Amino acid sequence: MAVSHDLRTFKNAAWLGWQMEANWTDPFVFATYSIVKPVAGSLILVFMYLVITGGETQTPFFSYMFIGNAFYMFVAEVLFGVTWVIHDDREHYMTLKQVYIAPIKFYIYVFGRAAIKIAITTVGVLVTLAFGVIWLGVEIDLGAVDWMVFIPALLVGLLTMLIMGLALGGVTFLTAKHGMGINEGIAGVFYVLSGVIFPITVLPEWAQSISYLLPVTYWMEALRRGLSPDLMTSLSGATGLSDFSNLEILLTLALSAVAFLFISSAIFRYADKTARRKGKIDWTTSY
Amino acid sequence: MSDTWLITNLRAIRGRAYPRVIGSKREPSWLFFDITLPLLTVSAYAYIYKYMDAPPEFVGFVILGGAMTAFWLNILWAMASQLYWEKEIGNLQLYLIAPISRMSILAGMAVGGLFMTAIRAAATMIIGILLFGIALSFAQPGMIILVFMVTMVSLYGMGMMFASLYLLLGREAYHLSNLLTEPVYLASGLYFPVRALGFWAAAGASIIPMTLGLDALRQLFYPSSGSEYGFLPVNTELAILAVLCVVFLWLSKYSLAYMEKLGKTTGRLTLRWQ
Repeated sequence: MAVSHDLRTFKNAAWLGWQMEANWTDPFVFATYSIVKPVAGSLILVFMYLVITGGETQTPFFSYMFIGNAFYMFVAEVLFGVTWVIHDDREHYMTLKQVYIAPIKFYIYVFGRAAIKIAITTVGVLVTLAFGVIWLGVEIDLGAVDWMVFIPALLVGLLTMLIMGLALGGVTFLTAKHGMGINEGIAGVFYVLSGVIFPITVLPEWAQSISYLLPVTYWMEALRRGLSPDLMTSLSGATGLSDFSNLEILLTLALSAVAFLFISSAIFRYADKTARRKGKIDWTTSY
Repeated sequence: MSDTWLITNLRAIRGRAYPRVIGSKREPSWLFFDITLPLLTVSAYAYIYKYMDAPPEFVGFVILGGAMTAFWLNILWAMASQLYWEKEIGNLQLYLIAPISRMSILAGMAVGGLFMTAIRAAATMIIGILLFGIALSFAQPGMIILVFMVTMVSLYGMGMMFASLYLLLGREAYHLSNLLTEPVYLASGLYFPVRALGFWAAAGASIIPMTLGLDALRQLFYPSSGSEYGFLPVNTELAILAVLCVVFLWLSKYSLAYMEKLGKTTGRLTLRWQ
């Protein structure tokens, strides 16, 4: 009974999220909007690469960079998506208090809203990867994909991002003016330190030590190993994680998900309690 | 044009610029985020160039581009979207009934925004230079200042024009600003020389003042790179930017008057939550 109630909450929240994301325009404009932004982001890297190499894209590093950048969309969008639900509902639509007092689990509502972000981002990631494979020679062979690595890595990584997003959502409860900055800052740290677009071995040693503590480092490595095993074999030793077997990478990722589950739940519960006590659930700051 | 009219409008400019100037020190944490967030992207791109053994000036190109992103984001979120947000919170009608030129409001927004953003961009640039140890040439300081000023006037002129165009939009404003981020970074060559796009694509992108302004600044800071990576000669780029200044300022005045008239006719000028 409780499960079906939660599923209904999730489904309705996802439907609401879809309407808010997409009903401001017609489907064609929305599809274009959803595709142009990520492809343009990837093309920045492509041109950076081309201007140095003089047009050569058939190299392992190019594929490494392109694949990492495509999957990083999940990091940015999921973290931002969860936080934005709280900010948008409270500050803009001023409906957070109604949602809050409804007989539903609030975090199920948040996850439902975020799920639609993941769905839209998935389309962006797929289009970007397809663009890379077809036009730029990015090394992905569907016949060679190691699905036993790729699928668990994708799911566990997304779950980790959702869990981290929940903690950031809690922070947003307490601060209207800094939530977005903290959010973008954390996503930015992942971009620099997690081997998203370049191997962590190029970083100074002190920065590499931080990289090994970040779950996104293992997530990106696992996704690339699953999606393009030959590519990662040819880069072996250069990524800084060659000592880890596939199983060890997945286990590290799973452990970080569990660790962040405890940390994020604690942060969210604390923020929730404090926000209620300080009357911040229906707080508006015109920010 | 009487003295009173001029003084009143200068006061309006000062009044509208004031919250942005004073606001820049009211929220020190914003200052922190505004400086460090572009630095993160800049660092990531700088490390890519380092990994590829690119010529050292490319790290400088990235830092200059990263500093310029602050101005573009200010144009999108604090100029273009501003009148729409003022409408949402109910300030727009107050501006419209005030006995001042509407252009004074836009000019005040631009002056305040430029001041606020220049501090952040300068900090990003200085930290980036120190962090990556890059060397810039200051052989032509006068030209650097001139190019920067002309770029900013034309860029903020474009922002003033966008501000009135955005009044036509409802929730699309947020999405349009989002859409104009990465594609404009790409088209303007913020992180690579715009010449790499090819002549006609770079020429088309030159409608965005940042494109030519940044290219000219890169050529001035790295004089030896101009022939290899510069798009057009600096003087030509400066002349085009000067034309863009006039065009965008005129278009902003025209479009503001048009949108105000349209808004009054359709009754949407004070309509919220569309």
